[in-house]
Amino acid sequence: MTDAILSTHGITKSFGALKASDDITLDLRPGEIHAVIGPNGAGKSTLIGQISGSLAPDAGTVRFLGQDVTRETVRARAQRGLGRTFQISALAMEDTVLQNALLGALGASGRPWRFFGSALRNRPLRDRAEAALDRVGLGDVASVRTAELSHGQRRLLEVAVALTLDPKAFVMDEPMAGLGSEGSKQLTGFLDSLRTEAPILLVEHDMDAVFALADRISVLVYGRVIATGTVDEIRADPAVREAYLGDAA
Amino acid sequence: MTREAAVNAVILLLLVAVPGWALYADEPFTITLATRAVIFALAAVGLNIALGLGGLVSLGHAVYFGLGGYAMGVLASHAQNYTPLMEWPFVIEGTKSMPVIWLTAIVVSAIAALLIGLLALRTSGVYFIMITLAFGQMIYFFAISWPAYGGEDGLSIYVRNGFPGLNTLVPIQFYGLCLALLLIVLLFSALLARSPFGLALNAARQVPHRVETVGLDPVRLKLVALVISGAITGLAGALFADLNRFVSPTMLSWQMSGEIMVFVIIGGVARLFGPVAGAVIFVLLEHLLGGISEYWQVFLGIVLLLIVLSGKGGVIGMLAGRGRAHD
Amino acid sequence: MSPILIAEQVLNGLQFGVMLFLMAAGLTLIFGVMGLINLAHGSLYMVGAFAAAAVAGATGSFLLALVAALAAAALAGALVELVVIRRLYNRDHLDQVLATFALILIFSEGTRWLFGSFPLYLDIPAWLSGPVTLPGGIQYPLYRLALIVLGLLVAVGLWLLISRTRIGIQIRAGENDREMIAALGVDISKLYTLVFALGAGLAGLAGALVGAIQSVQVGMGEPVLILAFVVIVIGGIGSIKGALIGAVLVGLTDTLGGIFLPELFKLFADPATATATGSAFASMAIYILMAAVLVWRPTGLFGART
Repeated sequence: MTDAILSTHGITKSFGALKASDDITLDLRPGEIHAVIGPNGAGKSTLIGQISGSLAPDAGTVRFLGQDVTRETVRARAQRGLGRTFQISALAMEDTVLQNALLGALGASGRPWRFFGSALRNRPLRDRAEAALDRVGLGDVASVRTAELSHGQRRLLEVAVALTLDPKAFVMDEPMAGLGSEGSKQLTGFLDSLRTEAPILLVEHDMDAVFALADRISVLVYGRVIATGTVDEIRADPAVREAYLGDAA
Repeated sequence: MTREAAVNAVILLLLVAVPGWALYADEPFTITLATRAVIFALAAVGLNIALGLGGLVSLGHAVYFGLGGYAMGVLASHAQNYTPLMEWPFVIEGTKSMPVIWLTAIVVSAIAALLIGLLALRTSGVYFIMITLAFGQMIYFFAISWPAYGGEDGLSIYVRNGFPGLNTLVPIQFYGLCLALLLIVLLFSALLARSPFGLALNAARQVPHRVETVGLDPVRLKLVALVISGAITGLAGALFADLNRFVSPTMLSWQMSGEIMVFVIIGGVARLFGPVAGAVIFVLLEHLLGGISEYWQVFLGIVLLLIVLSGKGGVIGMLAGRGRAHD
Repeated sequence: MSPILIAEQVLNGLQFGVMLFLMAAGLTLIFGVMGLINLAHGSLYMVGAFAAAAVAGATGSFLLALVAALAAAALAGALVELVVIRRLYNRDHLDQVLATFALILIFSEGTRWLFGSFPLYLDIPAWLSGPVTLPGGIQYPLYRLALIVLGLLVAVGLWLLISRTRIGIQIRAGENDREMIAALGVDISKLYTLVFALGAGLAGLAGALVGAIQSVQVGMGEPVLILAFVVIVIGGIGSIKGALIGAVLVGLTDTLGGIFLPELFKLFADPATATATGSAFASMAIYILMAAVLVWRPTGLFGART
């Protein structure tokens, strides 16, 4: 366990009578894609909230790069190198694609207090932003307003913004959501190549993508991890089959 | 040149040509009106940084406008009475020098914006609006009940303050000074919008949670925007007091806050020249309608209502088309 | 300072608070149900006061005047909701602020046009004037006491309305889930007009009741509106209970601050300076209370936690 980049230890979170996270322990190791799957309402969003820092667990700890970050803010974790993408795109829709990527580059630079000089013409920022856009294949639409992007392109832009931060680990909240099969295949190919750079904790509904990508899978049901294992182990697990009967498999 | 740039150029031309004509035709009152418009524009350009870029609906900008006015009033009244402002722990004398007064107005307003922002930015949305309005009212009542500087009656200054090399008592010279400041601040505001800070602030308005996940603090960005915004409106307040040679709690009132916001909206939120167009139109309406009826604000209200309900993004929006949806 | 004086000031604070509650309750209800920030609520307060003054002047009946205040403000509220406000529900707060600011201009100047700039006076009726002697020998104006009682009765009435009636159920449902309530077959636009008129009526009643102690004039509503905002920030948006407790806190703080702060300053300074400085700081007391609540609980004492 010492080599885990990111881990949770018995995190628990209740909303009133509802236990959204019940003693969840899982870890993300170097070079892997660890998928978290589960039916709707299983507590996936709550889990992501606690890992990324927007929710504080009632009990348990979150560790990142060997540090206890349980009480740290979203911002502090981002500065440590936790790259997050959102399920519902959190992009500045009025701005261009490049401006969105520049925001990531600016965050990575850690120096937002520059009141003069054009952000667009700032070489270091721009190089970093454009490199990230090129990697996800959005280099050609850099000057397009984000609102005009297709759904799939917005998902890619989400990933590009995270890339500008050179994260030590990614936490991705349903990156495939709403993508067509073509877009999904494209993004799957890209994430596949990304794991060597930084491991990915992938919360995802798209089972084809999960089975194609994941080194390990954890299954979340009613806030509990009922199984963790390789793709084959999870496919064979009777508890998982029962929980998923008629759901997604 | 885009249509918006063309509209801006026309506005700029009017700001130079109309007072120029007035000087030629010996119409000093027109110059005074133009000065009033330019100073209001400056106040509104300040608010537009918080409102347009930062999305902060501050209904308390009269605080900064009024504090700027009182910075002028207090310093100049001590200077004209030859009494020091304070003697302990060190002596501070009053002054009749505009640059010193401006600097004081900027610093005092910035500090007020920092303190109000620290509290008001703990919340957002309607709370923010109500809190900025409430703190505005607090300063207003304080100014009314604090007797040292005229209380409710305000403070009169007998002679306009001076600026090195100019005779500020000549209307056109004072106008030129105000216009120069407006242009400098407009340039600053344009640069700010394109700067790295502007980029981050723009994102903090639209998607604060995204800004956090790239490791930046959206609240701190907005706080700095509010401080810059308040400082500029404070500078405008000092000029306004100098224009009237008078400052009173009226400058701190909630109506003033509403009016500064109205300047921005009539012109167009987040448009560089929106506040300028709005202030000019307001002063024109005030002058023209005010000449027809004592109750001209009824018509102002109706015009404002139509502009808001039409949802076209103010006068600049109507002339130049929608730049961006304001959310 | 005698205990009698203190008791009297506590009652004054209570009376002030209860009147603030009438304003704040409408505002918080309108915000809770429709998500609307209404700056023109102070105008409805003024409308109530003017209607009361006009009717009392014509008929000599204080009760008729109160009924007129309620009716005129509720009617004005319903009208404004139908013509302007309902176009604002889906707009951002900035548009709501501006449109309702425009309404203030129209209401204020329109009233000045109709009634002139001079204040009107609304007299306390004979059967409510004069002092009463309370237990402990406190002499207190009967009218102010009646205001406290009436305000508390309204609070109880509102609580009953919201917790016990069909309309109340719809209002509570509307606060939680707008789509749900439409799905239940409730005519939501009628409900909105009704809630707005109810809030307006309460504001108009407050305007008339306070108008009899102070004068009735244009611009009387906005200072009260801003205090009602302070009440809501303290109590928490959307909470009637918060509005009541916030209103009483603000009323007491303001009244007692005005008495005690000058006394406090007399310990350090000569009486004249102390009175001036003390009352200057007393005018800030409620805002300092608001700031303290913001630091402690940014969403107010009874506001929804996020």
